[in-house]
Amino acid sequence: MSTLIKNIVRFILLILVQVFVLDRVHVHFMVTPYIYFLFILWMPFKLGRTAQMLIAFALGFTLDSFRHNPGFHAAACVLIAYLRPFLINILIPQEGADSNYEEPSPKSMGGFMPYLFYAGVLTLVHHAWLFFLEALQFGNFWYFIIKTLLSTAISLLLIIIVELIFSRKQQFRTNTV
Amino acid sequence: MRNIFLFIRLYFNFIVLLLLQGFSIYLIVHYNTFHKAVFSGVMNEVTGKVNTEYNKVDYYFQLKKTNQQLAKDNERLRNQLKENFERPDTTTKIVSDSIPYDTLGNRRKWMYLSAKVVSNSVAAQNNFIVLGRGTGQQLKKDEGVVDPNNGVVGIITDVSENFAVVMSLLHKDSKISAKLKKGGDAGQVIWDGKDPNRLSLTDIRKSAKVARGDTVYTSGFTTTFPYGLMIGTIDEIIPDKSTNNYLIKLKSTVNFYNLQYVYAIENYQKEEINQLLKTANNKSNN
Repeated sequence: MSTLIKNIVRFILLILVQVFVLDRVHVHFMVTPYIYFLFILWMPFKLGRTAQMLIAFALGFTLDSFRHNPGFHAAACVLIAYLRPFLINILIPQEGADSNYEEPSPKSMGGFMPYLFYAGVLTLVHHAWLFFLEALQFGNFWYFIIKTLLSTAISLLLIIIVELIFSRKQQFRTNTV
Repeated sequence: MRNIFLFIRLYFNFIVLLLLQGFSIYLIVHYNTFHKAVFSGVMNEVTGKVNTEYNKVDYYFQLKKTNQQLAKDNERLRNQLKENFERPDTTTKIVSDSIPYDTLGNRRKWMYLSAKVVSNSVAAQNNFIVLGRGTGQQLKKDEGVVDPNNGVVGIITDVSENFAVVMSLLHKDSKISAKLKKGGDAGQVIWDGKDPNRLSLTDIRKSAKVARGDTVYTSGFTTTFPYGLMIGTIDEIIPDKSTNNYLIKLKSTVNFYNLQYVYAIENYQKEEINQLLKTANNKSNN
């Protein structure tokens, strides 16, 4: 499957899972599970940074349309799309590893821990910015901090489960850069 | 000039980030204007169609609960039928009529229009409910919405051809004028953004008599809801130290988790009242 089609399918599936499964699971009002931004985490290394941000905006805006509340998720998605290349630069093991593999995964990041760190930081930033924007309207900040931490934990757990179930087979491409 | 271009090239990504963030925050802040322009037309139709497909499946699993609710509703309505009441004088006969005036000279003020809930949320900070009925089927903006047991659900904020978006009570901008059943003190029902099914009642003076379990009704002061629709029962009373008011927590009558059918309430006298208020306002301004 070509990268483009794969990503389009991913986009639609993740949005549908978020809107029709996770948004209807009411664990506790403090805990909101999110998985849709896995699309941003899985975007190819090669994509330009401006393009990443624009696609992330489209993703966030689509989810916002389903919630009839434009802006919140779009803002959070754009922020993590902006931060993603920096994190990848720090965490990628050796020179040129990002051209040997197509997209971030435990294998291409050189182990599960770096990948978990990558996912963890982006999840935390996404949740913090999203709940911060929401908390500005209500103004209860302790609630905002606890909600961010709890939701990050549950989202990260979901990401690990998805990683284990749908392990992406990534072939090592030749080093002819 | 060259330096400016160099600067833009160097920080191009950062500038794009700022622009997109700015646009997102603009959307959040100018929610109403933007929403009217784009959402009520195109986006509502698109997301509404997807939600309808999902609801076809979801609805099946809730049939039992929906059935119970509707049966309860039927029971309540049947008890209001004219045949259940007897007049001492049997020479008069009551004839009901569908025109706005009935034989006793009463005028219809409120009209209930049933609608199916197509999508619903409780987990967000600002929650919306989408109804599968729109302008093509007589729904209008700013109508009140109640559940089958006459508990307040929210107010319609946007309508498109086939769908309507309801701002549920669980929304930061939701403000419903309310009254205590006992004592009749009026206040406002808002939501603090935390627990669904728990609302706050503000503006009740400390001199008012309140007790746990008391009923809170709609006041009927606005043109959206008739008097006496149930909003919730008092769950907790907290005296606010900085003001002279109580902060009261309510348990909502409506269970926002499983809404399937609701009724929108149209007010036939709304235009007239609004017109009157407008003239009064103009006079006081001049």
